[in-house]
Amino acid sequence: MEEKKQCKGCGGALPFVIGFVAALIAGWVLFPDLMYSKKTQPVRFSHKIHQEQGLECAGCHTFRDDGSFAGIPTNEKCAECHSDVQGSDPAEKVYVEQYAKTGKEVPWLIYQYQPDNVIFSHKAHETLECTSCHPDMAKNDTPPVFYQNRLSGYSKQTMKMWKCERCHAENGVSNACHACHK
Amino acid sequence: MHGHVEREFKITWGMVIDLDKCTGCGACMTACQVENNIAPMLDASNKLRTLSWLLVFEMSNKKAAPDAEIAYLPRPCMQCGNPACVPVCPVVATDKNEEGGIVSQIYPRCIGCRYCMAACPYHARYFNWEDPIFPKGMEKALSPNTSTRPRGVVEKCNFCHTRFVQAKDKARQTGGNPDALPDGAYMPACAEVCPTGAISFGDLKNPEHKVHELAKGKNAFRLLEKLELHPQVYYVSKREWVRKLGDNYAATGKPGAEKKHS
Repeated sequence: MEEKKQCKGCGGALPFVIGFVAALIAGWVLFPDLMYSKKTQPVRFSHKIHQEQGLECAGCHTFRDDGSFAGIPTNEKCAECHSDVQGSDPAEKVYVEQYAKTGKEVPWLIYQYQPDNVIFSHKAHETLECTSCHPDMAKNDTPPVFYQNRLSGYSKQTMKMWKCERCHAENGVSNACHACHK
Repeated sequence: MHGHVEREFKITWGMVIDLDKCTGCGACMTACQVENNIAPMLDASNKLRTLSWLLVFEMSNKKAAPDAEIAYLPRPCMQCGNPACVPVCPVVATDKNEEGGIVSQIYPRCIGCRYCMAACPYHARYFNWEDPIFPKGMEKALSPNTSTRPRGVVEKCNFCHTRFVQAKDKARQTGGNPDALPDGAYMPACAEVCPTGAISFGDLKNPEHKVHELAKGKNAFRLLEKLELHPQVYYVSKREWVRKLGDNYAATGKPGAEKKHS
């Protein structure tokens, strides 16, 4: 008789649903959150303001003479305009005082940093719009949060292999291993 | 052979090594190790465990003085037209599928079964028995052209493939044609560094590249041609005993067999 009482309420759909929902929340919300550390850029760089001044992407993100991509500009490029404080934005003051005047390069966090065994040629993809792979940074006022995988150290926002392969396949470009790997 | 069709490429990167010019100095081996981030080993005495994408062999005509002669033979990966290593790979970590005909090797995909090593008659493939250990400070001087490999994967020469990508980028930047690079625009580290100019490199199918003619010369030969793997690496020597060693044991089962191909 007592055994029957103990079992009352422990069966049924409700405890299962509660457990299921809890597991879903843990797996889909809490764990991914734990997996990545959130980082902010050392300087609140606004692409929007620079774009409004009439600057093009290629004005700062340039190719070198050998066709390699220089990526994020160095102090040398930034100081062409920002050797001294020009505007009233506090972020600019931070940049000028902490980096431009001390000669220290800004340790920018690179969202698209690829693993060591990947080689990507910006030159080969020059005919495409920047925004076909990158977010439309021209409208971006505050740099997005940088999510870093706590285990691998890689950024969450990198281009994934399936995206590269899909675009190559759709456009009839070689998907040979060596097209992207080194 | 098993319905396997040898793939044709418009560009075929090839190497022609003049064995009469090779002094065996080993500069090519050193350049290769630096370019491809091959870590120096603490104990390299066990030659079954060393890594050398390019290895210089010493050959002798086995005669007593004054007729004794030696020759040196640098051996990179042959980038075979019909590679023995590719069909045996269970995970497609190695493939010959890109314009230029370079046999690729993808380290993160490799499971270290070493079937390819068993299949390669040139012993051009190497297994990482240990994780690479770079002396303090050297890890900051690694080449960005090649990723480092962990323990448990196979690696091999890839004709410094990143330099091919870079040469194409430079052609695009300077208004050239990346699909028809001029002679010398793309050079592996070994060919670039060779002090006697013994190593020539270029597109075997492009008549404007000097390897096109060199590979057809009457003193040109390839290693173990009877196996019909069609290497993209050619050797040249005016010395007959050297050319005979190139097909060692292959044609008749006896050493120093006559060349059977045209």
